[in-house]
Amino acid sequence: MNVTRGFTGRARVHNPGLPPGQYDAGDDWPVLSAEVTPDLAAADWTFRVDGLVEAPRTWDWAEAHELPASAYEGDIHCVTSWSKFGVRFGGVSLDAFLDVVRPHGSATHAVAYSHTGYTTNLPLADLAGGRAWIAWEYDGKPLAAEHGGPARLLVPHLYFWKSAKWIAGLRILDHDEPGFWEQNGYHERGNPWEEQRYSGD
Amino acid sequence: MTETSASPGFASPGFTPPAFAPPGFTPATRFAVPGRIAVSKRAAAVWQTATLTEIRRETAHTATYRFAVPAWAGHLPGQHLMLRLTAEDGYAAQRHYSIASAPDDSGHIELTLDHVEGGEVSGWFHTVAEPGDEVEVRGPLSGFFAWPGDRPALLIGAGSGVVPLMSMVRHQRARSLSVPLRMLVSARSPEELIYAGELGAETTPVFTRSAPEGVPVGRMTVAHVAPLLAEQPPGGWEAYVCGSNAFAEHASRLLVEAGQPVDRIRIERFG
Repeated sequence: MNVTRGFTGRARVHNPGLPPGQYDAGDDWPVLSAEVTPDLAAADWTFRVDGLVEAPRTWDWAEAHELPASAYEGDIHCVTSWSKFGVRFGGVSLDAFLDVVRPHGSATHAVAYSHTGYTTNLPLADLAGGRAWIAWEYDGKPLAAEHGGPARLLVPHLYFWKSAKWIAGLRILDHDEPGFWEQNGYHERGNPWEEQRYSGD
Repeated sequence: MTETSASPGFASPGFTPPAFAPPGFTPATRFAVPGRIAVSKRAAAVWQTATLTEIRRETAHTATYRFAVPAWAGHLPGQHLMLRLTAEDGYAAQRHYSIASAPDDSGHIELTLDHVEGGEVSGWFHTVAEPGDEVEVRGPLSGFFAWPGDRPALLIGAGSGVVPLMSMVRHQRARSLSVPLRMLVSARSPEELIYAGELGAETTPVFTRSAPEGVPVGRMTVAHVAPLLAEQPPGGWEAYVCGSNAFAEHASRLLVEAGQPVDRIRIERFG
Protein backbone atom coordinates (compact mmCIF):
# COMPACT_ATOMS: atom_id res chain seq x y z
CA MET A 1 0.00 0.00 0.00
CA ASN A 2 1.40 3.38 -1.04
CA VAL A 3 0.05 5.91 1.44
CA THR A 4 -0.31 9.44 0.05
CA ARG A 5 1.19 11.98 2.46
CA GLY A 6 -1.49 14.06 4.15
CA PHE A 7 -4.42 12.43 2.35
CA THR A 8 -7.34 11.57 4.60
CA GLY A 9 -10.22 11.48 2.12
CA ARG A 10 -13.88 11.98 2.81
CA ALA A 11 -15.58 10.68 5.93
CA ARG A 12 -15.77 6.89 5.92
CA VAL A 13 -19.27 5.60 5.48
CA HIS A 14 -19.85 1.93 5.89
CA ASN A 15 -21.84 1.13 2.81
CA PRO A 16 -21.97 -2.53 1.86
CA GLY A 17 -23.67 -1.54 -1.40
CA LEU A 18 -20.63 0.36 -2.61
CA PRO A 19 -18.30 -1.73 -4.84
CA PRO A 20 -14.53 -1.29 -4.40
CA GLY A 21 -13.10 2.01 -5.67
CA GLN A 22 -16.55 3.61 -6.06
CA TYR A 23 -18.05 6.65 -4.34
CA ASP A 24 -21.65 7.67 -3.79
CA ALA A 25 -22.59 10.35 -6.34
CA GLY A 26 -25.65 11.31 -4.29
CA ASP A 27 -28.21 13.15 -6.40
CA ASP A 28 -25.87 13.57 -9.37
CA TRP A 29 -26.30 11.44 -12.44
CA PRO A 30 -23.34 12.23 -14.70
CA VAL A 31 -23.73 11.78 -18.46
CA LEU A 32 -20.72 10.25 -20.19
CA SER A 33 -21.79 9.25 -23.70
CA ALA A 34 -19.07 9.65 -26.32
CA GLU A 35 -21.40 10.60 -29.15
CA VAL A 36 -23.95 13.28 -29.95
CA THR A 37 -27.25 12.68 -28.12
CA PRO A 38 -29.67 11.56 -30.85
CA ASP A 39 -33.00 13.22 -31.43
CA LEU A 40 -34.90 9.94 -31.45
CA ALA A 41 -38.69 9.97 -31.06
CA ALA A 42 -40.45 7.06 -29.34
CA ALA A 43 -42.45 6.58 -32.56
CA ASP A 44 -39.19 5.96 -34.45
CA TRP A 45 -37.68 3.66 -31.82
CA THR A 46 -37.42 -0.05 -32.54
CA PHE A 47 -35.74 -2.93 -30.75
CA ARG A 48 -34.59 -6.07 -32.57
CA VAL A 49 -33.23 -9.37 -31.27
CA ASP A 50 -31.63 -11.64 -33.86
CA GLY A 51 -28.57 -13.78 -34.47
CA LEU A 52 -28.57 -17.27 -32.98
CA VAL A 53 -32.28 -17.38 -32.16
CA GLU A 54 -35.26 -19.42 -33.31
CA ALA A 55 -37.45 -16.45 -34.21
CA PRO A 56 -35.73 -13.10 -34.83
CA ARG A 57 -38.08 -10.24 -34.13
CA THR A 58 -38.34 -6.45 -34.14
CA TRP A 59 -40.58 -4.61 -31.67
CA ASP A 60 -41.74 -1.07 -32.10
CA TRP A 61 -42.62 1.21 -29.20
CA ALA A 62 -46.24 0.06 -28.88
CA GLU A 63 -45.42 -3.64 -29.28
CA ALA A 64 -42.67 -3.47 -26.65
CA HIS A 65 -45.11 -1.83 -24.24
CA GLU A 66 -47.52 -4.75 -24.62
CA LEU A 67 -45.02 -6.98 -22.81
CA PRO A 68 -45.40 -7.30 -19.02
CA ALA A 69 -44.10 -4.23 -17.18
CA SER A 70 -41.13 -4.74 -14.91
CA ALA A 71 -39.22 -2.34 -12.68
CA TYR A 72 -35.70 -2.18 -11.28
CA GLU A 73 -35.11 -0.49 -7.97
CA GLY A 74 -31.55 -0.49 -6.76
CA ASP A 75 -28.09 0.85 -7.53
CA ILE A 76 -26.02 1.62 -10.62
CA HIS A 77 -22.23 1.82 -10.92
CA CYS A 78 -20.16 3.73 -13.48
CA VAL A 79 -16.60 2.78 -14.37
CA THR A 80 -15.52 6.39 -13.79
CA SER A 81 -16.03 5.65 -10.05
CA TRP A 82 -19.45 7.03 -9.20
CA SER A 83 -22.30 4.89 -7.97
CA LYS A 84 -25.89 6.00 -7.61
CA PHE A 85 -28.15 4.46 -5.02
CA GLY A 86 -31.86 3.81 -4.96
CA VAL A 87 -32.65 4.50 -8.59
CA ARG A 88 -35.94 3.33 -10.09
CA PHE A 89 -36.30 2.32 -13.72
CA GLY A 90 -39.44 1.07 -15.44
CA GLY A 91 -39.65 -0.99 -18.61
CA VAL A 92 -39.72 -4.65 -19.55
CA SER A 93 -37.50 -7.49 -18.40
CA LEU A 94 -35.20 -8.66 -21.16
CA ASP A 95 -36.38 -12.19 -20.39
CA ALA A 96 -39.72 -11.27 -21.96
CA PHE A 97 -37.98 -10.52 -25.27
CA LEU A 98 -35.68 -13.54 -25.08
CA ASP A 99 -38.65 -15.82 -24.39
CA VAL A 100 -40.14 -14.76 -27.72
CA VAL A 101 -37.00 -15.14 -29.87
CA ARG A 102 -35.69 -18.30 -28.09
CA PRO A 103 -31.86 -18.25 -28.27
CA HIS A 104 -30.21 -21.41 -29.58
CA GLY A 105 -28.53 -23.75 -27.14
CA SER A 106 -25.18 -22.76 -28.65
CA ALA A 107 -25.70 -19.04 -27.85
CA THR A 108 -23.27 -17.69 -25.24
CA HIS A 109 -22.93 -13.92 -25.77
CA ALA A 110 -24.65 -10.90 -27.26
CA VAL A 111 -23.67 -7.60 -28.77
CA ALA A 112 -26.02 -4.80 -27.80
CA TYR A 113 -26.15 -1.93 -30.29
CA SER A 114 -27.66 1.52 -30.20
CA HIS A 115 -29.46 3.71 -32.68
CA THR A 116 -26.28 5.83 -32.67
CA GLY A 117 -24.10 2.85 -33.58
CA TYR A 118 -22.67 2.40 -30.08
CA THR A 119 -22.00 -1.26 -29.26
CA THR A 120 -21.21 -3.27 -26.13
CA ASN A 121 -20.79 -7.00 -25.57
CA LEU A 122 -22.26 -9.11 -22.78
CA PRO A 123 -22.44 -12.76 -21.79
CA LEU A 124 -25.97 -13.98 -22.45
CA ALA A 125 -26.19 -15.10 -18.83
CA ASP A 126 -25.92 -11.45 -17.74
CA LEU A 127 -28.93 -10.56 -19.88
CA ALA A 128 -31.23 -13.32 -18.61
CA GLY A 129 -32.68 -14.39 -15.28
CA GLY A 130 -34.30 -11.11 -14.27
CA ARG A 131 -31.06 -9.12 -14.26
CA ALA A 132 -31.53 -6.99 -17.39
CA TRP A 133 -34.23 -4.70 -18.73
CA ILE A 134 -35.24 -2.49 -21.60
CA ALA A 135 -35.99 0.67 -19.63
CA TRP A 136 -38.01 3.71 -20.74
CA GLU A 137 -38.92 5.28 -17.44
CA TYR A 138 -36.77 6.80 -14.74
CA ASP A 139 -38.31 7.77 -11.43
CA GLY A 140 -41.76 7.38 -12.95
CA LYS A 141 -41.08 9.73 -15.87
CA PRO A 142 -39.99 9.14 -19.48
CA LEU A 143 -36.25 8.48 -19.66
CA ALA A 144 -34.43 11.66 -20.75
CA ALA A 145 -32.63 11.60 -24.10
CA GLU A 146 -29.22 12.28 -22.55
CA HIS A 147 -29.71 9.23 -20.32
CA GLY A 148 -30.64 7.01 -23.25
CA GLY A 149 -34.30 7.79 -23.86
CA PRO A 150 -36.62 6.83 -25.38
CA ALA A 151 -35.28 3.45 -24.23
CA ARG A 152 -31.99 1.99 -23.04
CA LEU A 153 -30.62 -1.35 -22.03
CA LEU A 154 -30.29 -1.69 -18.25
CA VAL A 155 -27.87 -4.22 -16.78
CA PRO A 156 -27.33 -2.76 -13.32
CA HIS A 157 -25.09 -5.50 -11.93
CA LEU A 158 -22.38 -4.53 -14.45
CA TYR A 159 -20.60 -1.19 -14.97
CA PHE A 160 -23.01 1.16 -16.65
CA TRP A 161 -21.29 1.39 -20.06
CA LYS A 162 -22.85 -2.06 -20.64
CA SER A 163 -26.32 -0.50 -20.31
CA ALA A 164 -26.39 0.80 -23.89
CA LYS A 165 -28.35 4.02 -24.35
CA TRP A 166 -30.81 4.41 -27.27
CA ILE A 167 -30.90 0.63 -27.52
CA ALA A 168 -31.67 -0.65 -31.02
CA GLY A 169 -31.04 -4.34 -30.71
CA LEU A 170 -29.20 -7.41 -29.52
CA ARG A 171 -27.35 -9.79 -31.76
CA ILE A 172 -27.05 -13.20 -30.12
CA LEU A 173 -23.72 -14.95 -30.76
CA ASP A 174 -21.88 -18.16 -29.86
CA HIS A 175 -18.72 -16.23 -28.89
CA ASP A 176 -17.65 -12.88 -27.43
CA GLU A 177 -17.16 -9.86 -29.73
CA PRO A 178 -15.75 -6.72 -28.13
CA GLY A 179 -17.95 -3.62 -28.38
CA PHE A 180 -17.09 0.07 -28.54
CA TRP A 181 -15.43 0.68 -25.17
CA GLU A 182 -14.17 -2.89 -24.99
CA GLN A 183 -12.18 -2.20 -28.19
CA ASN A 184 -10.95 0.95 -26.48
CA GLY A 185 -9.33 -0.88 -23.59
CA TYR A 186 -12.25 -1.56 -21.26
CA HIS A 187 -12.96 -4.90 -19.63
CA GLU A 188 -14.95 -7.49 -21.55
CA ARG A 189 -17.36 -8.15 -18.65
CA GLY A 190 -17.20 -5.15 -16.31
CA ASN A 191 -18.26 -6.59 -12.94
CA PRO A 192 -17.99 -3.70 -10.43
CA TRP A 193 -17.65 -6.08 -7.47
CA GLU A 194 -14.48 -7.49 -9.01
CA GLU A 195 -13.44 -4.03 -10.19
CA GLN A 196 -13.20 -5.15 -13.82
CA ARG A 197 -12.63 -1.68 -15.25
CA TYR A 198 -9.99 -2.22 -17.88
CA SER A 199 -8.87 -5.13 -19.99
CA GLY A 200 -6.60 -7.22 -17.81
CA ASP A 201 -8.24 -6.30 -14.47
CA MET B 1 -29.87 13.40 -36.44
CA THR B 2 -32.25 12.11 -39.05
CA GLU B 3 -29.70 9.45 -39.77
CA THR B 4 -30.23 7.71 -36.46
CA SER B 5 -33.88 8.47 -35.89
CA ALA B 6 -35.03 7.46 -39.33
CA SER B 7 -32.93 4.38 -39.66
CA PRO B 8 -33.15 2.05 -36.74
CA GLY B 9 -30.93 -0.93 -36.36
CA PHE B 10 -29.21 -2.24 -39.41
CA ALA B 11 -31.55 -0.68 -41.92
CA SER B 12 -29.63 2.58 -42.08
CA PRO B 13 -28.57 4.16 -45.36
CA GLY B 14 -24.95 3.50 -46.11
CA PHE B 15 -24.83 0.51 -43.85
CA THR B 16 -25.07 -2.87 -45.50
CA PRO B 17 -24.99 -5.88 -43.22
CA PRO B 18 -22.34 -8.29 -44.45
CA ALA B 19 -23.65 -11.44 -46.06
CA PHE B 20 -22.22 -13.54 -43.26
CA ALA B 21 -24.30 -11.62 -40.68
CA PRO B 22 -24.83 -13.82 -37.57
CA PRO B 23 -22.83 -15.24 -35.96
CA GLY B 24 -19.38 -13.69 -35.82
CA PHE B 25 -20.49 -10.19 -36.63
CA THR B 26 -20.12 -7.03 -34.62
CA PRO B 27 -22.42 -4.24 -35.75
CA ALA B 28 -20.36 -1.38 -37.08
CA THR B 29 -20.03 1.64 -34.85
CA ARG B 30 -21.32 4.38 -37.12
CA PHE B 31 -20.20 7.32 -35.02
CA ALA B 32 -16.59 8.42 -35.07
CA VAL B 33 -14.98 5.13 -36.05
CA PRO B 34 -13.96 3.30 -32.90
CA GLY B 35 -10.66 4.18 -31.33
CA ARG B 36 -8.04 6.27 -33.04
CA ILE B 37 -5.30 3.99 -31.75
CA ALA B 38 -4.72 0.58 -30.28
CA VAL B 39 -4.71 0.85 -26.50
CA SER B 40 -1.93 -0.77 -24.52
CA LYS B 41 -3.64 -3.23 -22.21
CA ARG B 42 -0.50 -3.67 -20.15
CA ALA B 43 -0.03 0.04 -19.49
CA ALA B 44 -3.69 0.37 -18.52
CA ALA B 45 -3.50 -2.47 -16.02
CA VAL B 46 -0.46 -1.43 -13.98
CA TRP B 47 -0.44 1.16 -11.19
CA GLN B 48 2.76 3.24 -11.28
CA THR B 49 4.19 5.73 -8.81
CA ALA B 50 4.07 9.32 -10.05
CA THR B 51 6.25 11.82 -8.18
CA LEU B 52 5.09 15.42 -8.14
CA THR B 53 7.92 17.65 -9.39
CA GLU B 54 6.28 21.02 -10.00
CA ILE B 55 3.06 22.95 -9.37
CA ARG B 56 2.09 25.88 -11.60
CA ARG B 57 -0.94 28.03 -10.93
CA GLU B 58 -3.08 28.56 -14.01
CA THR B 59 -6.11 30.47 -12.66
CA ALA B 60 -7.57 31.18 -9.22
CA HIS B 61 -9.16 27.71 -9.19
CA THR B 62 -6.89 25.61 -11.40
CA ALA B 63 -3.28 24.53 -11.25
CA THR B 64 -1.03 22.30 -13.30
CA TYR B 65 0.76 19.40 -11.61
CA ARG B 66 3.86 17.94 -13.24
CA PHE B 67 4.86 14.38 -12.36
CA ALA B 68 7.86 12.20 -12.99
CA VAL B 69 6.63 8.79 -14.14
CA PRO B 70 9.85 7.08 -15.24
CA ALA B 71 8.19 4.03 -16.80
CA TRP B 72 5.39 6.00 -18.51
CA ALA B 73 4.48 4.10 -21.70
CA GLY B 74 3.71 7.29 -23.61
CA HIS B 75 0.31 8.63 -24.59
CA LEU B 76 -1.46 10.45 -27.37
CA PRO B 77 -3.07 13.86 -26.95
CA GLY B 78 -6.62 13.48 -25.65
CA GLN B 79 -6.04 10.35 -23.59
CA HIS B 80 -6.66 10.21 -19.86
CA LEU B 81 -5.38 8.30 -16.87
CA MET B 82 -6.69 7.08 -13.56
CA LEU B 83 -5.11 8.58 -10.46
CA ARG B 84 -5.28 7.11 -6.97
CA LEU B 85 -4.64 8.59 -3.53
CA THR B 86 -4.43 6.27 -0.51
CA ALA B 87 -5.03 7.20 3.15
CA GLU B 88 -3.24 5.61 6.13
CA ASP B 89 -6.19 3.32 6.85
CA GLY B 90 -6.12 1.96 3.31
CA TYR B 91 -9.01 4.06 2.03
CA ALA B 92 -8.33 4.96 -1.59
CA ALA B 93 -9.93 7.52 -3.90
CA GLN B 94 -9.46 7.32 -7.64
CA ARG B 95 -10.42 9.68 -10.43
CA HIS B 96 -10.03 9.94 -14.19
CA TYR B 97 -8.06 12.96 -15.40
CA SER B 98 -7.21 14.09 -18.90
CA ILE B 99 -3.52 14.45 -19.65
CA ALA B 100 -2.55 18.08 -20.35
CA SER B 101 0.97 17.62 -21.63
CA ALA B 102 1.90 16.61 -25.15
CA PRO B 103 3.58 13.26 -25.52
CA ASP B 104 7.35 13.50 -25.22
CA ASP B 105 10.16 11.33 -23.96
CA SER B 106 10.87 13.33 -20.81
CA GLY B 107 9.40 10.71 -18.49
CA HIS B 108 7.06 13.42 -17.21
CA ILE B 109 3.35 14.09 -17.60
CA GLU B 110 1.18 17.04 -16.55
CA LEU B 111 -2.38 17.26 -15.28
CA THR B 112 -4.36 20.48 -14.85
CA LEU B 113 -6.92 20.19 -12.08
CA ASP B 114 -9.86 22.33 -11.03
CA HIS B 115 -10.31 22.77 -7.31
CA VAL B 116 -13.69 21.07 -7.07
CA GLU B 117 -15.71 22.19 -4.06
CA GLY B 118 -15.62 19.38 -1.53
CA GLY B 119 -13.51 17.28 -3.90
CA GLU B 120 -11.40 14.88 -1.85
CA VAL B 121 -8.82 14.36 -4.60
CA SER B 122 -8.66 17.83 -6.15
CA GLY B 123 -8.85 19.27 -2.64
CA TRP B 124 -5.74 17.33 -1.64
CA PHE B 125 -3.90 18.59 -4.70
CA HIS B 126 -4.87 22.20 -4.15
CA THR B 127 -4.29 22.38 -0.40
CA VAL B 128 -1.80 19.67 0.60
CA ALA B 129 0.30 18.53 -2.36
CA GLU B 130 3.86 19.70 -2.77
CA PRO B 131 6.80 18.63 -4.92
CA GLY B 132 8.17 15.31 -3.78
CA ASP B 133 4.76 13.84 -2.96
CA GLU B 134 3.95 10.50 -4.52
CA VAL B 135 0.62 9.37 -5.98
CA GLU B 136 -0.30 6.44 -8.21
CA VAL B 137 -1.46 6.45 -11.82
CA ARG B 138 -2.48 3.89 -14.40
CA GLY B 139 -2.77 4.55 -18.08
CA PRO B 140 -2.93 6.01 -20.60
CA LEU B 141 -6.56 4.96 -21.01
CA SER B 142 -9.02 4.91 -23.91
CA GLY B 143 -8.28 5.57 -27.55
CA PHE B 144 -11.58 7.17 -28.46
CA PHE B 145 -10.71 10.80 -27.74
CA ALA B 146 -7.10 10.46 -28.85
CA TRP B 147 -5.70 12.60 -31.65
CA PRO B 148 -2.63 11.13 -33.30
CA GLY B 149 -2.05 14.35 -35.24
CA ASP B 150 -3.16 12.87 -38.53
CA ARG B 151 -6.56 14.40 -39.31
CA PRO B 152 -7.50 18.10 -39.30
CA ALA B 153 -8.89 18.75 -35.84
CA LEU B 154 -11.59 21.15 -34.69
CA LEU B 155 -11.40 21.44 -30.90
CA ILE B 156 -14.21 22.86 -28.77
CA GLY B 157 -13.92 23.06 -25.01
CA ALA B 158 -15.17 24.92 -21.97
CA GLY B 159 -13.58 25.46 -18.58
CA SER B 160 -11.23 22.62 -17.75
CA GLY B 161 -12.50 20.89 -20.90
CA VAL B 162 -9.63 22.70 -22.59
CA VAL B 163 -7.12 20.38 -20.88
CA PRO B 164 -7.07 17.40 -23.29
CA LEU B 165 -7.46 19.81 -26.21
CA MET B 166 -4.37 21.73 -25.07
CA SER B 167 -2.42 18.49 -25.23
CA MET B 168 -3.39 18.38 -28.92
CA VAL B 169 -2.40 22.01 -29.53
CA ARG B 170 0.93 21.45 -27.79
CA HIS B 171 1.51 18.27 -29.79
CA GLN B 172 0.87 20.05 -33.06
CA ARG B 173 3.36 22.76 -32.12
CA ALA B 174 6.00 20.46 -30.69
CA ARG B 175 6.02 18.30 -33.81
CA SER B 176 5.49 21.25 -36.19
CA LEU B 177 2.58 19.35 -37.72
CA SER B 178 1.14 20.93 -40.83
CA VAL B 179 -2.30 19.35 -40.33
CA PRO B 180 -4.89 22.11 -39.66
CA LEU B 181 -6.04 22.58 -36.08
CA ARG B 182 -8.49 25.16 -34.70
CA MET B 183 -9.73 25.60 -31.14
CA LEU B 184 -12.80 27.34 -29.72
CA VAL B 185 -12.63 27.63 -25.95
CA SER B 186 -15.28 29.02 -23.64
CA ALA B 187 -14.44 30.57 -20.26
CA ARG B 188 -16.33 32.77 -17.84
CA SER B 189 -13.75 35.54 -18.05
CA PRO B 190 -10.19 36.19 -19.24
CA GLU B 191 -9.03 35.53 -15.65
CA GLU B 192 -10.59 32.05 -15.78
CA LEU B 193 -9.23 31.14 -19.20
CA ILE B 194 -6.80 28.29 -18.55
CA TYR B 195 -3.50 28.48 -20.51
CA ALA B 196 -4.39 32.03 -21.61
CA GLY B 197 -0.76 32.98 -22.13
CA GLU B 198 -0.13 29.93 -24.26
CA LEU B 199 -3.02 30.19 -26.70
CA GLY B 200 -2.16 31.34 -30.20
CA ALA B 201 -3.72 32.17 -33.54
CA GLU B 202 -5.34 28.71 -33.68
CA THR B 203 -7.61 29.62 -30.74
CA THR B 204 -10.73 31.73 -30.47
CA PRO B 205 -11.80 32.34 -26.87
CA VAL B 206 -15.48 32.90 -26.03
CA PHE B 207 -16.25 34.69 -22.75
CA THR B 208 -19.59 34.10 -21.06
CA ARG B 209 -19.53 36.55 -18.09
CA SER B 210 -16.94 39.24 -18.71
CA ALA B 211 -14.57 39.99 -21.55
CA PRO B 212 -11.84 42.43 -22.45
CA GLU B 213 -12.95 45.78 -23.91
CA GLY B 214 -14.39 45.34 -27.38
CA VAL B 215 -14.91 41.58 -27.07
CA PRO B 216 -18.53 40.44 -26.89
CA VAL B 217 -19.83 38.58 -23.84
CA GLY B 218 -22.11 35.59 -24.31
CA ARG B 219 -22.56 31.92 -24.84
CA MET B 220 -20.95 30.07 -27.73
CA THR B 221 -23.27 30.18 -30.74
CA VAL B 222 -23.44 28.77 -34.23
CA ALA B 223 -21.86 32.05 -35.37
CA HIS B 224 -18.63 30.91 -33.69
CA VAL B 225 -18.75 27.45 -35.22
CA ALA B 226 -20.00 28.12 -38.75
CA PRO B 227 -16.93 30.08 -39.99
CA LEU B 228 -14.68 27.19 -38.93
CA LEU B 229 -16.83 24.69 -40.81
CA ALA B 230 -16.87 27.02 -43.83
CA GLU B 231 -13.13 26.49 -44.26
CA GLN B 232 -13.16 22.74 -44.86
CA PRO B 233 -9.69 21.20 -44.92
CA PRO B 234 -9.06 18.20 -47.18
CA GLY B 235 -10.87 15.23 -45.64
CA GLY B 236 -12.95 17.48 -43.41
CA TRP B 237 -12.64 18.19 -39.68
CA GLU B 238 -12.56 15.63 -36.92
CA ALA B 239 -14.35 17.45 -34.06
CA TYR B 240 -13.34 16.95 -30.43
CA VAL B 241 -15.69 18.38 -27.79
CA CYS B 242 -14.79 18.44 -24.10
CA GLY B 243 -16.44 19.95 -21.04
CA SER B 244 -19.40 19.51 -18.72
CA ASN B 245 -22.34 17.51 -20.04
CA ALA B 246 -24.37 20.70 -20.44
CA PHE B 247 -21.62 22.27 -22.52
CA ALA B 248 -21.03 19.10 -24.53
CA GLU B 249 -24.72 18.88 -25.39
CA HIS B 250 -24.76 22.54 -26.42
CA ALA B 251 -21.55 22.45 -28.45
CA SER B 252 -22.35 19.18 -30.21
CA ARG B 253 -25.73 20.57 -31.27
CA LEU B 254 -24.03 23.68 -32.65
CA LEU B 255 -21.68 21.49 -34.66
CA VAL B 256 -24.54 19.41 -36.07
CA GLU B 257 -26.49 22.58 -36.84
CA ALA B 258 -23.48 23.99 -38.69
CA GLY B 259 -23.20 20.86 -40.79
CA GLN B 260 -20.55 18.76 -39.05
CA PRO B 261 -21.32 15.04 -39.63
CA VAL B 262 -22.43 13.29 -36.45
CA ASP B 263 -19.96 10.49 -37.07
CA ARG B 264 -17.07 12.97 -37.01
CA ILE B 265 -17.77 14.29 -33.51
CA ARG B 266 -16.00 12.83 -30.48
CA ILE B 267 -17.22 13.91 -27.05
CA GLU B 268 -15.52 13.71 -23.68
CA ARG B 269 -17.89 14.71 -20.87
CA PHE B 270 -16.65 15.44 -17.37
CA GLY B 271 -18.61 13.82 -14.60
